[in-house]
Amino acid sequence: MPLLQVENLRTFFHTRNGVVRAVNGVSFAIQKGETLGIVGESGSGKSVTGYSMLGLIPQPPGRIESGRALFDGVDLLSCSKKELQKIRGKRISMIFQDPMTSLNPYLRIVDQLIEPLLIHDRTDRNVALEMAVQMLKHVGIQDADTRIQCYPHEFSGGMRQRVMIAMALITRPDLLIADEPTTALDVTVQAQILELIKKMQDELGMAVILISHDLGVVSGFCDRVLVMYAGQIMESAGTDDLFYRPLHPYNQALQKSRPALQTKGAELYTIRGLPPDLSKTIAGCPFAPRCEHANDECGRSETGLREIEPLHHTACVRVQKGNLKLG
Amino acid sequence: MRTETLPKDIALPKRDAEDQGASLWSDAWHRLARNRLAIAGLWILGGLSFLCFLGPLSRSLPVAIRPVGLSYSYAEQNLDSRVMPPSAWHWLGTDQLGRDLLSRILFGGRVSLMVGLCATAVSLTIGVIYGAVAGYLGGKLDTVMMRIVDILYSLPLALFVILLMVFVGRSLLLIFVAIGAVEWLTMARIVRGQVLSLRKQEFIEAAIALGLRKRRILLRHIIPNVLGPVIVYATLTVPGVMLLEAFLSFLGLGVQPPMSSWGSLIKEGADWMEDAPWILTSAGAVFSLALFSLNFLGDGLRDALDVRAAKD
Repeated sequence: MPLLQVENLRTFFHTRNGVVRAVNGVSFAIQKGETLGIVGESGSGKSVTGYSMLGLIPQPPGRIESGRALFDGVDLLSCSKKELQKIRGKRISMIFQDPMTSLNPYLRIVDQLIEPLLIHDRTDRNVALEMAVQMLKHVGIQDADTRIQCYPHEFSGGMRQRVMIAMALITRPDLLIADEPTTALDVTVQAQILELIKKMQDELGMAVILISHDLGVVSGFCDRVLVMYAGQIMESAGTDDLFYRPLHPYNQALQKSRPALQTKGAELYTIRGLPPDLSKTIAGCPFAPRCEHANDECGRSETGLREIEPLHHTACVRVQKGNLKLG
Repeated sequence: MRTETLPKDIALPKRDAEDQGASLWSDAWHRLARNRLAIAGLWILGGLSFLCFLGPLSRSLPVAIRPVGLSYSYAEQNLDSRVMPPSAWHWLGTDQLGRDLLSRILFGGRVSLMVGLCATAVSLTIGVIYGAVAGYLGGKLDTVMMRIVDILYSLPLALFVILLMVFVGRSLLLIFVAIGAVEWLTMARIVRGQVLSLRKQEFIEAAIALGLRKRRILLRHIIPNVLGPVIVYATLTVPGVMLLEAFLSFLGLGVQPPMSSWGSLIKEGADWMEDAPWILTSAGAVFSLALFSLNFLGDGLRDALDVRAAKD
């Protein structure tokens, strides 16, 4: 049984300008200890997917229209608040995008670090303090026993993200959701933070969902990757398959757009057009209007993930029917 | 001290002496201590309170050692020495009924300072809790709670206080409560506004993701973050409350003669400005001194409590 199984998750935002279908029928599963990447451009629904599972969607305007998220037999989307509170921060932790704003400026690092221990495990304060110092050392903060008494503003961005990681992992969760953990950091620090998450994952044996728009980050980090577009999953595959044998035109276009893979001086490849307006219903494949391989059928037929090769799913109707060969 | 609870094998933080504080409050205190104006304000307020509350007690000292200027009662009338300018016996002069002005100012200070502090404390408590709950829980509850505030706001203040006094009767304690009950409205609005913007901050989201309950988030993460503006507003409320007390006394609803307050003394002084200018000058000077001190202290507190602005 997978650690977390999400089925047909649909999260809509009811705004004045209509219903925005931020996540529209997403299903996936993650095994114990596995690393799952979710990639997609801004607004593709990857963060909302993560937020939905932890009940962090502001309601209203947001609403989870349907779906289940079974975590160890508990449906995170329909369980009581009390049950959810016991799970989040204890068994599922989250790291946020911007370490500059995700720490309370008025509380010392130490108070924020031990908070999960105090509320979830009712750990004795002294024990919690010792654990916090150990954890802070573990995530690579120099002079952890001194620095733990500082306020967040006395830390750099990279150090704050380390603190966030320490805070998320101090209760030894089974699942860590990292929502673009490196986006706000500079490149050298990015690599360090990713290495750190990997190291902690090996030590604690937890599963990680890495949400990112950076294909490079995902390729080096994840076992399996979901590609999201307009609130739906376009393709899901093992990392190597996804990068070297794309089975969806969107994924193929993404791979082609990576500057690192193109010859110097050549004009960079871009996907023409814009992502669709999610407040309007989309008939057929959401990528069809921008797709090089689209035909009439794409704008009409119902899309859904289907396994084409072992463990390799695509939502492209033409690939599913076998009348489009990519690559 | 939190640092003392660290296990023994962990070295204590080595920070410079002025940073040894272990909590937000002691840190804030160290920063405040470096602000000379604020400290001066604190000393002046302390001195004034000391004089007001303990000065009149010197009447019970043996005649030989008690200062002659402090030997009068605030209510003692002496029609032979009416409207006397400051002298060796009456250090600040006397009023139209021959009462010693210094004694009246000191006694009035008790009332004014108490009203200022108590009413502000009342308004602070109600306002912060009400505003924080409305802002954080939001939705329909917020709408209802803030409409109640709007309705109370629209009632004329004097009418509101008069109604309260008519229903509950008149006492000094009631003045505290009545003024506090009026002043909390603005506080609630300020706090609600702050909380509304705080609620969307990522660290609140992070706190929810950590599994914290609403109450803990409100008490530990939201309220400390609104303290800065709240304290500044509170220090502005104290003088406002003192003025309101003066206004009520003027209407005959507040402090009744022979009791005095700074507000009622200033009013008296204004009536006798031509014959006895010392009443207005001395009462006004003491009142202004207190207000200035409060403002400087408020400024200092705001800077001290803002950990982000701290340069250490």
